Amino acid sequence: MTTLYTSDHEWLRIEGDVATIGITDYAQSQLGDVVFVELPKVGRTLKKAEAAAVVESVKAASDVYAPVSGEVLEVNDAVAAEPSLVNSDAGDKAWFFKLKLADKAELGGLMDEAAYKAHTE
Amino acid sequence: MPSRKDESLKRTPLHALHLARGGRIVPFAGYEMPVQYATGVLKEHLHTRAGAGLFDVSHMGQIALRAKSGRAEDAARALERLVPQDVTALAPGRQRYAQFTNAAGGILDDLMIANFGDHLFLVVNASCKAEDEAHLRAHVSDDCIIEPLPDRALLALQGPKAEAVLAKFCPDVAAMRFMDARARRVDGIECLVSRSGYTGEDGFEISVPAEHAEVLASALLDHDDVLPIGLGARDSLRLEAGLCLYGHDIDTTTTPVEAALSWSIQKSRREGARARGFFGAEVILSQLERGAARKRVGLKPEGRAPVREGAPLFAGEVSGEPIGRVTSGGFGPSLNAPVAMGYLPTALAHEGGIVFAELRGQRLPLRVTAMPFVPNSYKR
Repeated sequence: MTTLYTSDHEWLRIEGDVATIGITDYAQSQLGDVVFVELPKVGRTLKKAEAAAVVESVKAASDVYAPVSGEVLEVNDAVAAEPSLVNSDAGDKAWFFKLKLADKAELGGLMDEAAYKAHTE
Repeated sequence: MPSRKDESLKRTPLHALHLARGGRIVPFAGYEMPVQYATGVLKEHLHTRAGAGLFDVSHMGQIALRAKSGRAEDAARALERLVPQDVTALAPGRQRYAQFTNAAGGILDDLMIANFGDHLFLVVNASCKAEDEAHLRAHVSDDCIIEPLPDRALLALQGPKAEAVLAKFCPDVAAMRFMDARARRVDGIECLVSRSGYTGEDGFEISVPAEHAEVLASALLDHDDVLPIGLGARDSLRLEAGLCLYGHDIDTTTTPVEAALSWSIQKSRREGARARGFFGAEVILSQLERGAARKRVGLKPEGRAPVREGAPLFAGEVSGEPIGRVTSGGFGPSLNAPVAMGYLPTALAHEGGIVFAELRGQRLPLRVTAMPFVPNSYKR
């Protein structure tokens, strides 16, 4: 299992050809109190960089973009029901959706943990 | 995201205090202002409704208006040329909400006018203060001395515990009613105190000389019931209270009647000897009499998704042209639900009606709702 990161502050946990995707702890700290999360529909095919989900704080709405292309296999209804999960556990319980990877080569453009850490500093 | 420091931005006298309290600084109306503190917007909002919140609103414009004749009523009469409100009848020690209007009846700015006996004291929006001062100079300088007060800070202490906290520093404030205004010593410092605010809660605004602002703010913050509150919660609090934000809910294209602010226009400016005589009177009085074509209303999204400023509004779930627009919207922490306001054709502006906002390609239902969304708790 590998965890990769995007410059838009998303994380991807890769298991085989499935990626579980969420936003990073850094992202949630910048957003502040999350009050609404909208997730993609299961079965939807997402192209890399397409708006896939929405995360909203009291102040503002932010799009979450598909970091790679693929089909939505599963979404986290718990985070839609309880958006504050994003603040309390962005890196694990507050995952957003799972994608079946369309092209594993797209993972090559993502950062590892050390590179992401440097990116946020 | 980290923002680059902008040298052109001004700072309030409380800047160091904001940083010390973990304030996240953003540019706002030409100032570096805290949008939130370490507490976060949600808790800051809820704390203001349960305890007391201290806001730095020193970016707002403070202006003293004095009659050249020495007779206070001459300043009031002069100011009445610029606002549809009755200023002459504003008793010493009282404050009133007003709007500067233009010839088309549009709103140049909204403001507070307090009568301190020997002068009128105006609080105007930060983003409009230069234009407001120019507007005053152009139209009332024959009768008035216009004195901008950039060396004063402005603090707002808001919430159900505001009175008890402020009374420790100035016992007299407990006797003040909503919209009373008094020159008082607070912790030994000469201040102008009004019982008013922008949250829907009971509370006070305190104009204090800049050099004493940090000492006073720190003394208030030392109290266990008081937390510093940023602009983020200020916005969600005023939205729940149904209060207009200039440049968003009201501007030069909206009249006070369209903006549902007719309550602020006294009868004496509508009929009788002192009626009319302000910019836009023709339009505004005609709308008061016959009604306006559109109206600002409260809107409650039926779902969980916040509907924000700029969202177009529609009468139906499919097709059709937009009939209006959301002018403010977001999440209301006290309601634990999204809230919005916007303009609708008067025929559709009735409570309980459903309209639709377009959001991310979908039409979401919103219910037209009476404002305030959260009942206000002014001490009348």
